[in-house]
Amino acid sequence: MLEIKNLHVSVEEDNKAILNGVDLTVNAGEVHAIMGPNGSGKSTLSYVLAGKDGYEVTDGSVTYMGKDLLEMAPDERAAEGVFLAFQYPIEIPGVATMQFLKVALNSQRLARGEGELSTPDFMRLVKSRAETLKVNQDMLKRPVNVGFSGGEKKRAEILQMAVLEPSLCILDETDSGLDIDALRVVAEGVNALRSPDRAMVVITHYQRLLDYIVPDHVHVLSKGRIVKSGGKELAQELEKDGYANYSDEAA
Amino acid sequence: MADVETIERVREIEVDKYKYGFETELESELAPKGLNEDIVKFISAKKGEPDWMLEWRLEAYARWRQMTEPTWAKVDYPKIDFEDLYYYAAPKVQGDGPKSLDEVDPELLRTYEKLGIPLKEQEVLAGVEGARVAVDAVFDSVSVVTTFKEELAKAGVIFCPISEAVREHPELVKKYLGSVVPQADNFYAALNSAVFSDGSFVYIPEGVRCPMELSTYFRINEKNTGQFERTLIIADKGSYVSYLEGCTAPMRDENQLHAAVVELVALDDAEIKYSTVQNWYPGDSEGKGGIYNFVTKRADCRGHHSKVSWTQVETGSAITWKYPSCILRGDNSRGEFYSIAISNGKQQVDSGTKMIHLGKNSSSRIISKGIAAGRSDNTYRGLVSAHRKATNARNFTQCDSLLIGDRCGAHTVPYIEAKTSTAQFEHEATTSKISDDQMFYCQARGLNEEEAVALIVNGFVRDVIQQLPMEFMAETQRLIGISLEGSVG
Repeated sequence: MLEIKNLHVSVEEDNKAILNGVDLTVNAGEVHAIMGPNGSGKSTLSYVLAGKDGYEVTDGSVTYMGKDLLEMAPDERAAEGVFLAFQYPIEIPGVATMQFLKVALNSQRLARGEGELSTPDFMRLVKSRAETLKVNQDMLKRPVNVGFSGGEKKRAEILQMAVLEPSLCILDETDSGLDIDALRVVAEGVNALRSPDRAMVVITHYQRLLDYIVPDHVHVLSKGRIVKSGGKELAQELEKDGYANYSDEAA
Repeated sequence: MADVETIERVREIEVDKYKYGFETELESELAPKGLNEDIVKFISAKKGEPDWMLEWRLEAYARWRQMTEPTWAKVDYPKIDFEDLYYYAAPKVQGDGPKSLDEVDPELLRTYEKLGIPLKEQEVLAGVEGARVAVDAVFDSVSVVTTFKEELAKAGVIFCPISEAVREHPELVKKYLGSVVPQADNFYAALNSAVFSDGSFVYIPEGVRCPMELSTYFRINEKNTGQFERTLIIADKGSYVSYLEGCTAPMRDENQLHAAVVELVALDDAEIKYSTVQNWYPGDSEGKGGIYNFVTKRADCRGHHSKVSWTQVETGSAITWKYPSCILRGDNSRGEFYSIAISNGKQQVDSGTKMIHLGKNSSSRIISKGIAAGRSDNTYRGLVSAHRKATNARNFTQCDSLLIGDRCGAHTVPYIEAKTSTAQFEHEATTSKISDDQMFYCQARGLNEEEAVALIVNGFVRDVIQQLPMEFMAETQRLIGISLEGSVG
């Protein structure tokens, strides 16, 4: 589904190289965890996949469903099924979460040549997804992420994901700022979305999220490259030994 | 939930950005160019006015001759040649003019149909079920038709062109015309008083709640023509009325002048809700053409416990110079001003309000949302004052500006004067930009740039949109999307 080859990325502002040749292949139905210390390029990778401005791809390629992902605008990527759950979800004052979801879903549907969902169908969809994620109706009426607690923001991200039903889910440090109960709820929501035709890339600093979202593959990102890949046991190893070994290896 | 419609509408207008920019082919009757006493007499005679009205006009004309154009606003435009304008233009009619809709020129009806304004009484506003709105349609210098007059008359409500009111209800017009905005109030008000052509007159009798929304649609069609409409609304004791005005004009390379006066009078316990959706042609992206909009709007909350609420959505015009104000004369009277002012391209907006507290316990509230994009300038200018007798006067002002891009300007010029120590005035102001993070977040969820801007701006102005009559909320949300088209990228 996703094939990243020799990806080199630098920040446009100061030409600082962040990713130095990332290779990663993700097939449908798989869950990949990308772990790494701060500054290793984890968030940059997620932003480049979603199409954020300010990054320059200096070499390499990203193919998604057989198409050149880097050629597409962010909204085209979204319509094609790429979803990024933000580490720090953005506030949009005055726009109710429910309205935001509806506009997003219908924009994507129109871009795909599908008809808009009727309001009653949309309401039913959101309601059922919200119940699974223990998101109450009150939160849907509040403006997007405004005044949300850390846990609410992350749940709202997962709710968006559940409503938009993407093919490729990228979760950027979804565990940060969550207490253990919230983490469990969010993980359950993510697990409920696992399916044979959907792939997930879970980016995290800590192993604890992976106790709840068990990955098929674990990769260690250090200094802009994937320095080790393995099964879920690799995450436990990292938890015990830390990232120290890998920083040296990459250097 | 009108955002998807916003999107469609934005797509539609890619070809023709200002959708109201068409011109109607009609034979017109024009007064000779320029302004002098004879023109004033010509207009008065055209309207079949009594002598007292003509005298009033001539008095205003004499005062106007003595006055100079104000220059304190933050707007910049070439000097207007007042001798190079037509002060009267009317679609040519045979005989006495239309008595009913059947007699109105079908070309005119088509114009209003194109504008989405229902002039047939069985019709309702597009997409709004069950909503009935009485409409007075003003085309250049004349009112072409007023709907639902009979039904309104049953409730005792008078809703007619002001030229008709001058003839049919002289006692009311004499009593109230110029009582809020005197003839020589300012340069443009004096000009209007001399040459005003048409506009609406509303009288709501004591204790009556007006059974439907009233609205007036102004259309400037004729070239080089000034439109000088005059609106007078009187809400007698304990009455209520909600009134909406809408404005459009064809796309022209020349600038057109619009200098209106609106006077509102609210007596004891009366309430007037006045909403404006101003969408005059703003000129092209290089600043060519567009309407010069110099408007004086003022309400007199004359009675105790009276209330006036101004809501304005200003998206059009090349120049906007407009300060809908409230004189809070009555004890416990209340004034409100809710404003959305959007400027794009090279538009210049200088708009705000005055809340003048004279009565005890009078209160006011100002919520202003300015959005500047392109190379436009957007200024909020406001005055809140309390007379020494206005004990316990209260005001809350919130003034927010949003910038899109880095070539536009937002300015806030608030004046606050309190002559009583018991007044409580609060002022809050913010200036912000649409952040790249907000844009990216919306785009990552599937919205394109223009949809994202429209959504974020609609969120920014939400407090004000909610003040609009239900029927016009969706239309306004669409309009915001359209006005900001081309503001990103």
